[in-house]
Amino acid sequence: MDLLEYQGKQFFASFDIPVSPGEAVTTVDEAVAAADRIGYPVVVKAQVHVGGRGKAGGVKLAANTEEAREHAGNILGLDIKGHVVKIVWIEAASDIAEEYYASFTLDRAAKKHLGMLSAQGGVEIEVVAEKDPDAIAKIWIDPVDGLTEEAARAWVTAAKLNPEANDGAVDILLKLYKAYTEGDADLCEINPLILKPTGEVHALDAKVTLDGNAEFRHEGWDVYDATQIRDDREQAAHDKGLQYVGLDGSVGVIANGAGLAMSTVDIVNQVGGSPANFLDIGGGANAEVMAGALEVINNDPNVKSIFINIFGGITKGDEVANGIVTALGRVKIDAPIVIRIDGTNAEQGRAILAEHESEKLQSKSTMLEAARTAVELAK
Amino acid sequence: MAIFVDENTKVLYQGLTGSQGRFYGLRNRDYGTQVVAGVNPKKAGTDVDGIPVYASVAEAKEATGATVSCVFIPAPGVQSAVLEAAEAGLELVVVITEGVPAQDEAYFFNKVKRDFPGTRILGPNCPGIISPGKANIGITAGEIAKPGGPVGIVSRSGTLTYQALYELKLQDIGVTTCVGIGGDPVPGTSFIDCLEAFEADPETKAVMLIGEIGGSAEEEAAEFIKHKMTKPVSAYIAGVTAPPGKKMGHAGAIVSGGKGTAAAKMEALTDAGVKVGNNPTEAGELMVEIVKGL
Repeated sequence: MDLLEYQGKQFFASFDIPVSPGEAVTTVDEAVAAADRIGYPVVVKAQVHVGGRGKAGGVKLAANTEEAREHAGNILGLDIKGHVVKIVWIEAASDIAEEYYASFTLDRAAKKHLGMLSAQGGVEIEVVAEKDPDAIAKIWIDPVDGLTEEAARAWVTAAKLNPEANDGAVDILLKLYKAYTEGDADLCEINPLILKPTGEVHALDAKVTLDGNAEFRHEGWDVYDATQIRDDREQAAHDKGLQYVGLDGSVGVIANGAGLAMSTVDIVNQVGGSPANFLDIGGGANAEVMAGALEVINNDPNVKSIFINIFGGITKGDEVANGIVTALGRVKIDAPIVIRIDGTNAEQGRAILAEHESEKLQSKSTMLEAARTAVELAK
Repeated sequence: MAIFVDENTKVLYQGLTGSQGRFYGLRNRDYGTQVVAGVNPKKAGTDVDGIPVYASVAEAKEATGATVSCVFIPAPGVQSAVLEAAEAGLELVVVITEGVPAQDEAYFFNKVKRDFPGTRILGPNCPGIISPGKANIGITAGEIAKPGGPVGIVSRSGTLTYQALYELKLQDIGVTTCVGIGGDPVPGTSFIDCLEAFEADPETKAVMLIGEIGGSAEEEAAEFIKHKMTKPVSAYIAGVTAPPGKKMGHAGAIVSGGKGTAAAKMEALTDAGVKVGNNPTEAGELMVEIVKGL
């Protein structure tokens, strides 16, 4: 779950990480009122889930009320890489002496937490990593030991920041590690982490991805969920608890299991089609779930055919077939459907479907055959 | 032979008294697995269809000689369940539960590795392990696998594992052991752990590997195959056409920053001499060729 900058800053602030005071608003009048309260100069920042805001004109400095009104007016509604700005964050402008980079994430290969710190902040870390890999000081942290102050200090020294920033950086990094682990984040990134002319170290930006699996132990994460960017199809699927990713093709895909669903998307592409979505209905695949999945797919106007790919394991093929037939009785589907059922009791399942077969409902015995038919029907 | 589990393996179920644990525990027993105990501190002294329930893993182990645990505990309780099993000295802890927080996985993986090196974790978020005809621990439907050999399977995906087992069965090819390592960010058992065990197992003559996008586990496996394996390997990687930055169901299945793409994984595996199929069926057919040539 990706947080917007202002949510990330609120998250940081709850772990005592210094951030600029500010307010998130959704209208020009609110923006001006917030700026007046905070005191000028302020920065007006677009809140979107993509990078490159500055270049797109989504971050502006305002010296007075008139400028705050002008910038907020321009930024609200601005389209940044397909994301329309609905929220702006107004914060007190900061004086910057130097810009650094700091982050924590999981190194899956090492199975340890990885901290990265660089004196070259304010630019994309991937660019730094490519051009000057030595400019990034890395630390691998065993989750059992955690990050000690001693280790943090050695790490900061290795990053060769301005020595004046060292104490402040150690303090922020220890808090950031706490936010990352106790806050159940997959990623905590500060870019830039700034040194002010007055010597304080401060988080000027916040990029936080929370681990949705940990929601059970954090109150209030639903407010973050409400600002996730989903298209209408994704929102409908999310409301039904389905694992759905919207794509831009014409073959609707339903499969049981993430791996099989991914594989189904692949195979549709391989035979010359283009999938409209990834949809995993999980192992169960009862009539209820199937009906919900078909509804979501049916509401996508781009869908010209539907490919249902089921492998019966514990869930038997005949049960799945009955589920599909029941679902079809409940939801009126416009696009033709191609079904492939394999695995346990697949033959019984196919026999059940055979009774309902028509131009709108076909059953094929292999993934490849079914994919070809679905792609042909979508043309 | 099989790897990790066989007909002599005694298994206890943490969460046997819950609906999922009961359903699969009894199914596993019907398959022939030695399901010897359940653990639930609140229901100690009772039984689940004749399987005795104990208050702790240590007590269950003491009373029954179980060496393996299968965990069906809901996600919030998985960390303490795994640590309890490791402390009790079990050899293998199979965690079926999905939705375990990544911070917990990173913690208990490192804790067990350091303090209980004799314990192997499999999963979380995995279908389990089956040595066909001998033992089935987890949620795989036993009837889709043909017992015997000569193929070993290791997979990051559940349904694709079933698909692989089934395709081999249709071709009349048996499987020594099929290990589902799970799709989470910190899997307790890696591809390499399984490849190493298959390489050492005399009955396994060839290995099928099923991977997916995200991380670098397949690349590491390719490196191992290239330098350490003598047995032939076929592979399939799911997610060739997955868009970057979108999680495809599994917590681990995401292409980020241009890393973890299926193309890179397929290239690394091909470079290691692995026969890579473009879809599960093709990978199965490649395995048929390999088996014919053994």
